[in-house]
Amino acid sequence: MSTTETLQELTRKGYQAGFVTQVEADTLPPGLDEDVIRVLSAKKNEPAFMLEWRLKAYRHWLTLKEPSWQAVKYHPIDYQAIRYYSAPKQKPKKDSLSEVDPEILRTYEKLGIPLEEQKRLQNVAVDAVFDSVSVATTFREKLYKAGVIFCSFSEAVREHPELVERYLGTVVPFSDNFFAALNSAVFSDGSFCYVPKGVKCPMELSTYFRINAADTGQFERTLLIADEGASVSYLEGCTAPMRDTNQLHAAVVELVALDGASIKYSTVQNWYPGDAEGKGGIYNFVTKRGIAHQRAKISWTQVETGSAITWKYPSVILKGDDSVGEFYSVALTNHRQQADTGTKMVHIGKNTRSTIVSKGISAGRGQNTYRGLVKVLKSAANARNYTQCDSLLLGDECGAHTLPYIEVKNATAQVEHEASTSKIGEDQLFYCRQRGISQEDAVSMIVNGFCRQVFKELPMEFAVEAQKLLGVSLEGSVG
Amino acid sequence: MASLLSIQDLHARVAGKDILKGINLEVGAGEVHAIMGPNGSGKSTLAGVLAGRETYEVTKGSVRFDGKDLLGTPPEERAKAGVFLGFQYPVEIPGVGNLHFLRTALNAQRRAKGEEELDAMDFLSLAKEKAKLVQLDAAFMSRSVNEGFSGGEKKRNEIFQMAVLQPRLALLDETDSGLDIDALRIVAGGVNALRSKDRAMVVITHYQRLLDYIVPDRVHVMAAGRIVRSGGRELALELEEKGYGWIGAEGAGKAKEARP
Repeated sequence: MSTTETLQELTRKGYQAGFVTQVEADTLPPGLDEDVIRVLSAKKNEPAFMLEWRLKAYRHWLTLKEPSWQAVKYHPIDYQAIRYYSAPKQKPKKDSLSEVDPEILRTYEKLGIPLEEQKRLQNVAVDAVFDSVSVATTFREKLYKAGVIFCSFSEAVREHPELVERYLGTVVPFSDNFFAALNSAVFSDGSFCYVPKGVKCPMELSTYFRINAADTGQFERTLLIADEGASVSYLEGCTAPMRDTNQLHAAVVELVALDGASIKYSTVQNWYPGDAEGKGGIYNFVTKRGIAHQRAKISWTQVETGSAITWKYPSVILKGDDSVGEFYSVALTNHRQQADTGTKMVHIGKNTRSTIVSKGISAGRGQNTYRGLVKVLKSAANARNYTQCDSLLLGDECGAHTLPYIEVKNATAQVEHEASTSKIGEDQLFYCRQRGISQEDAVSMIVNGFCRQVFKELPMEFAVEAQKLLGVSLEGSVG
Repeated sequence: MASLLSIQDLHARVAGKDILKGINLEVGAGEVHAIMGPNGSGKSTLAGVLAGRETYEVTKGSVRFDGKDLLGTPPEERAKAGVFLGFQYPVEIPGVGNLHFLRTALNAQRRAKGEEELDAMDFLSLAKEKAKLVQLDAAFMSRSVNEGFSGGEKKRNEIFQMAVLQPRLALLDETDSGLDIDALRIVAGGVNALRSKDRAMVVITHYQRLLDYIVPDRVHVMAAGRIVRSGGRELALELEEKGYGWIGAEGAGKAKEARP
């Protein structure tokens, strides 16, 4: 069997999270204006500051133009055709899982994320976001005892308004960019986490995002604060049903690492990528950024296998002296998927260090662009950056592009950049097969080897998950 | 007794160019055959065709291995049936651990034979034992497949893999190329230790010196896509003395006749 055939064989495994859950939903009609925002805010019983902020963001958004600099192509989005709110109907507040619609629990079960007490992942607390709202957060008691607040964003707005008001928009202001402004105006829910001074969060935290309803945009917002000397590891996972229309996902993630704190943020993104011809799929336009104060460390690890279009640049502002930023990324594009992803490392403090390792895999007619900025300000004496961008091509119709931007304003900085592009060769495949390894296993072994540097940064159980996902996502490629 | 490997009138082409033009060869179990010949005579192509490299197109002839047709099966099936190719240029696979790779291969072969898979611990002790054969240390085994290996280490790794996989037919394609004399001794020592009455070996080499260490039962000389001479060990010595020019003219003449 040739390479082409095997890769096509892999296609047939297809997208396994593409089912739709039948639940009664409380949905706003499509369209966006100030009234929609008022209704949305009222439905969530938000305090006045929140509504004010949303409206300011909305008014600012109206003055902005959708960006067009990124190397992706798509039909214009009709923002008036999107529903900005869809929530599964349920009792106002769930005190226990028994009050969550069993259909939704089953959805998460099918996705391998059981929320029921006895079946939960060992030592991982999960916040499950279904369309616009958070439906369940597990292990709250145990976290509460450690002083860790982990809840849905809506709940945080109601119960910890002072923390939300203090930090919201401090890392990604609503004026940051077109999609961040839109998100700020209409975000429906998301996760909130606060780890108090000196506390090491006793378990992995995880948010699982699921888009279910049709024609709905998902605009969640995550705000994570690690107070002085605190540390936390956080993981998000994402899936959506297969639909032949595109759906917009415009999220914002803000991380605040105060002095000496450490945040590890891992993403396994598996939104529906669209079919082989590029019909349907999620537009994943996300703004993620963290700010690291003195001696703080922020580490982003992402495995991006889904979405029709991925547009995201998890970044670190290295504000404090001796702070550390890391970005480890695997982005896979197959069929007609497009990804324009990378990171920004902004060195402000002295002795700041950043590491960027990006692995792009292109198959089918996928287009994969690494776009990264390393910026060393005048104040950042002895800043250091190491960047490594590797691209792996499967087939002749895909593309890989590397666009590193480097701006250095301080002569003591050391910035290193390495890049490579390789193809899975017939030679490598033949070598494996000559030893008795099937072509399918050989492809997945070679691709996993290519990604190893990044996978080893993921928490153990998710590293295994990511490897499997990569196998499934390597759908019929070489044309 | 029937030959383990039986090649009849084998013709093959690569990128539209005829390379093998009628190979006939019988190799019995327990035998070691050497195939010699100048560059471009088709030695490596023959090894590649036997192992199932898909860029080589067989246009005529047959190959039977253990009485069964070999040419119709994909490379991994041939490997599972016991065909091993020691590569002239072993391929690097970054990020894939040497031992992980070899265990995956061994277990694929064991599954095919209906044997139980070896777990990591059992495999490790097997690997350690076999590594001694070619003097590879533990640090070497934890590195990625052939990545950053010297030429000699790559070739030792090939023999190490052979020792673990225990093939019935070993095709060693210029295993001696790029080796200094010490490495050559180590590699040859490994090969000799794996000689057995159940195993056939086809050793492809450009130079006679390998045959000082691996003493073949038969020597064949290839030129222009055919075996033009076969004989005992003395044929190799004769070649060394007279050079390939001696058979070159003769071989080329025959090849010309064969053209349509």
